[in-house]
This record gives sequence, C-alpha cells and structure tokens, in this order.
Amino acid sequence: MSEKQHVFDTFLRQDKLPHIWCPGCGNGIVINALIRAIEKTEIDPDNVVIVSGIGCSSRANGYMNFCALHTNHGRALPYATGVKMFNPKLKVIVVTGDGDCTSIGGNHFIHACRRNIDITTVVFNNNNYGMTGGQFSPTTPLGSKTKTSVYGSIDTPFDICSLAAAAGATYVARSTVYHVNMLINQIAEGINHQGFSVVEAVCDCPTLYGRLNKKGAAPDMLLGFKENAVMKAKADTMTEEELKGKIVIGNFAKRVDRKEYTAQYDSIIESAKGGH
Amino acid sequence: MGKFEFNEKLCKACGICAVLCPKQVYDRDEEGKPIFARPEDCIDCKLCELRCPDFAIRMGENE
Repeated sequence: MSEKQHVFDTFLRQDKLPHIWCPGCGNGIVINALIRAIEKTEIDPDNVVIVSGIGCSSRANGYMNFCALHTNHGRALPYATGVKMFNPKLKVIVVTGDGDCTSIGGNHFIHACRRNIDITTVVFNNNNYGMTGGQFSPTTPLGSKTKTSVYGSIDTPFDICSLAAAAGATYVARSTVYHVNMLINQIAEGINHQGFSVVEAVCDCPTLYGRLNKKGAAPDMLLGFKENAVMKAKADTMTEEELKGKIVIGNFAKRVDRKEYTAQYDSIIESAKGGH
Repeated sequence: MGKFEFNEKLCKACGICAVLCPKQVYDRDEEGKPIFARPEDCIDCKLCELRCPDFAIRMGENE
C-alpha cells in the first residue's frame, strides 16, 4: 500500500463529520468529486479559497480543509470576486445551490459570467430549496411538486448551463451525481480553465423533492439520473419533444477567445502608470 | 479485489453503495448499512467510494 494519505484525510475536516445532510443527499457526492478534482489538478491547497452562500449546498465548505468564506445568501460570487481581485494568484472556487445561484444571486451570477473572472462555480442543483423545507426554486421542472407548488410548478425552469453560456461564461459543463467520474473531470477542467467556469452538478434531494415527486429513495433517484441523462452531442440531434424530462450532460461551452478579468485589470493598471 | 474500509459512524444507510455496485458485492444489514459480502467479485472500480455521500467507504488497494 502506498504511503500517500487518503484524500479524505487530506482534504476533509474529519472532526466536523458526520455532516448535517440527509441520508443519500447528493451534496456529499459533489464534495467528494470536488476534493478529488482538486487533488487531480495538483494545485497548492494553501492557495485554494472556497466561497459559499446560504443553503444546504453552501454548508459544503465547512467540511473541506481549505480556506473558507461562508457569506450572505446569493452573494458568494461578489465575495469571491473580491477575493480574486485582491489576490489573483488564489484559486477561488464557489460552491452554491440552484436557489442561491440563480434566484437570490441570479444577477451576480450572470454578471460574473459576463466579466469572465477566473472563478470556478460548482452549482449543486437539487431542484428545490432543501434547507428551508422544499420550496420551488428557479430550476424546479414544470409540473413538479414542492411544498409551495403542491399541484405542480407552473414556472418554466432555468437551464443553468444555457444561461451561463449565453451570459458569457467561458467554460460550462453539467454532470450528475450518478456520473461521478465525469463530474470530477469537469470540475478539474473548470479549475484549470483561465476564466469563469460553471459546473452544474445535478444532485438528488431524496427527503424533500424526491419524496414529494415519488422518485423513490436516493439510489432510485441516482438510477433515474442514469436513465434520463443524454450526452450534449446526442441531445443536439434530438427534438424538444424528445428531450422532455431528459438531463443533458457534457460540455456546453469552452472558449479561449476572451481575456480573463484580473489580467485585463492588471493591464489597465499598467497603462494608467504610463506603461503603454 | 479492493480492501474494504468502512466507517460505521459516518454511514447513514442510504444504500447507494449496495444498489449501484456494478458487481453487486454488497449485502445490507438490518439497518441498511453495507456488508462486503462478496469480495472476490469486487473489481476495484471504487464507484462505491466515489458515490458514498457520507465518506464512509474507503476502498484501499491491495499490495
């Protein structure tokens, strides 16, 4: 056996475990993928800052052994932008939920995408507000039941990846907690990408969303992700009708044509000094 | 064949490891926690370790 310490011992705060999440909650799987992605990229753990907002998902950085910033609801990205602007050498990772990111922090999200600042955002999308009791969120699918849409949601959901790509994020990808190896690769690619990267991790909420929509226990929900997942290349050839209820996974955007924000800011400082 | 290390204190008996194991090496006890029943079938894919939401499973490599 190798001498190397297990990734759980290196990157998890063992004294904080077990975590507060329900049995089978996908959030733990996303953390597992995130620490493995950080291990894979071989970046210096001392230079990693994990910023979160409010929600079930935003508890995540309390369990990981990196510098952590637990901020106001929806405001993880503004704080992360501040951290990155202060010290561009840091690797800033934002962990946020679907409600935190696209509802309360929706405007911050699209503007961070537009700026193309080098931050990796991991969105834990469980289709509802888990922490407050299962209200519908901007990603709750049409017709789905939640505590505040007992007859089925009538709001058309956001597609986080399409939203991010349209707003100008330069790396956008989606995976599910069933497809863990893909999720690890996408997060690692997002961390290595110079610019704003968004990785949407579709996760299960067996206690609230799953129970109200009769999706079964946690393993059944994961098997549902397996059945309904469609790769992006295949999805591009399918009609809207065929894609109903499917989860499109894969890469949505990977661009290198736009300059990173802190680099642009540095060049402004140079020119203000009369450099060129 | 993987070397199964299990932290019972962290396990919340969700069943993901046992149900989603591609080789079905696990049985579940009366609480729903995994029992590494068929180690000879394990192909060391580590999917149970990766998919465990509670960091309760470590599949070490044998020498």
